[in-house]
Amino acid sequence: MNPSSRSGTPVGHLGAYVLIGATVVIIAAAFAYVGGWLAPHRLTPARLVDQLQTDSGGVFAGYRRNHAKGVCVTGYFDSNGQGAAYSVAQVFAPGERTPIVGRFAIPGGNPYAPDDSIPIRSMALRFSLANGQQWRTGMNDMPVFPVSTPQAFYQLLQAQQPDAATGKPDPQKMGAFFSAHPETGAFLAWVKTAKPSASFATESYWSLNAFELIDAHGQQHPVRWRMVPETSVGNAPGPTVGTDFLATDLRQRLSQGPLRWHLLITLAQPGDPIDDAAKEWPADRRSVDAGTLVLTRTEPQQSGPCRDINYDPLVLPHGIAASRDPLLPARSAAYADSYLRRTSEEAHLPGAASASTKPDSRS
Amino acid sequence: MNDATRPFAPTARLLHWLMAAMILTMLFIGVGMVATVSGWHSRLLSIHRPLGIAILVLALVRLGVRMRRAPPPLPADLPALQKLAAHASHWLLYALMIAMPLIGWAMLSAGGYPVMLGASVHLPPILPADPVAFAILRHLHTWLALLLFLTFLLHLAAALYHGLIRRDGVLSSMTGWRPPAAAQARGELPVVH
Repeated sequence: MNPSSRSGTPVGHLGAYVLIGATVVIIAAAFAYVGGWLAPHRLTPARLVDQLQTDSGGVFAGYRRNHAKGVCVTGYFDSNGQGAAYSVAQVFAPGERTPIVGRFAIPGGNPYAPDDSIPIRSMALRFSLANGQQWRTGMNDMPVFPVSTPQAFYQLLQAQQPDAATGKPDPQKMGAFFSAHPETGAFLAWVKTAKPSASFATESYWSLNAFELIDAHGQQHPVRWRMVPETSVGNAPGPTVGTDFLATDLRQRLSQGPLRWHLLITLAQPGDPIDDAAKEWPADRRSVDAGTLVLTRTEPQQSGPCRDINYDPLVLPHGIAASRDPLLPARSAAYADSYLRRTSEEAHLPGAASASTKPDSRS
Repeated sequence: MNDATRPFAPTARLLHWLMAAMILTMLFIGVGMVATVSGWHSRLLSIHRPLGIAILVLALVRLGVRMRRAPPPLPADLPALQKLAAHASHWLLYALMIAMPLIGWAMLSAGGYPVMLGASVHLPPILPADPVAFAILRHLHTWLALLLFLTFLLHLAAALYHGLIRRDGVLSSMTGWRPPAAAQARGELPVVH
């Protein structure tokens, strides 16, 4: 051992100690910054989900933070092979049947909200491909999303926050938001004509975001898709009495036989907005009917197979990829946060909300 | 010549520095991807999973290398408490670099997610889908990541302490670079007056 290497006293090594301390502090600070602790203004998944909870009037333990009220459905997708020219995903192979676990829901964080409280319905699907890959998609029965970016969506949620005095969103704040966000125009035009439908079965459901299909040559095809029902509106519309008429209607219809939708894949033309869910594509864009979704069964979400599925739109099989739409990673990140919250509540972990926060207004 | 100055085997050094870079990158990717709704979320997530499995494979290889050839002993005059801290933190690092990818894999399995490593490569689930198991493992993944980061900081500070203050050859046994003064004192370099 070299005796000269021990000559220093702590004071003599002051510079070295400072260097070591500074190195540790700088790395720790960089870590804290990347983790969002030193960046209070960054929009994080947690802030987005916190705002969803605020807008819902609190935490409904165990439930999704958005589209909380829904029912499970199961069935399958029969591919007719028309999609295989655009995507190598196994789900589009000719004659391929892919099992489905899906979920119909209405937006909002309150699982007891009346079905006619909002004119939007959603369909989420998980395709379990034979090769072990999955395709998950969450669709709404409107052709466009109100906003283009996660930041604008967060501001929309803030504007929709119920006023403490009235329990309702402040119309002035809503008005200010919409006039500051002209991209909401297409959605506002749609919502003016939209009525709460009496049935999940009669609706078309749009992917909203664009995706890329990847064909056998590796070529990408920007697309949007939608599920178009075989059931027309006039076909025995259910009664819209009570608060849970959607689930009742679905049960009644499925007791008489399966419900069918066609998966229409719309191909973008050069110049179509593939990164902006607030803009519609021209109506003349070519659509390919890729096959039939057949739903055979519905179950309550508390006990059904959809309960523990996070319908993250970025769970995609080989052959389908995300577009550059900025809403997609935000949806993925926020859904993951919501999923962790509700599974933590399910597990009764310390710090998770408990089911005692359920409201009395269950009727 | 004191055995404490014997360098680590070249394989051990290569694995150490490669994995140091990978694990530090991984910690920053992990903490960053859950704290943003931007495109970084999906970009980082797509690196996180294959990098985690690569770390798992390398950690197992490294454990084998470590078992076959003992590392150089710590300096004999190192205080007992520091020796204990050194050994405990090294085994903690080994445990975490193996446990973290396994927990991540198990957590995705319990969450019912396909464990995609790339566009078309995926691993089989190692747990049945179960939301309670998912929640516990997901939180464990975060807390053990923070423990791993703190252990790394301690490891880094200790390495610099050995290299800059004690100058006892511990740091150079891993860098492979020997400060000229120490080498001269051992008669390994010609002393030029």
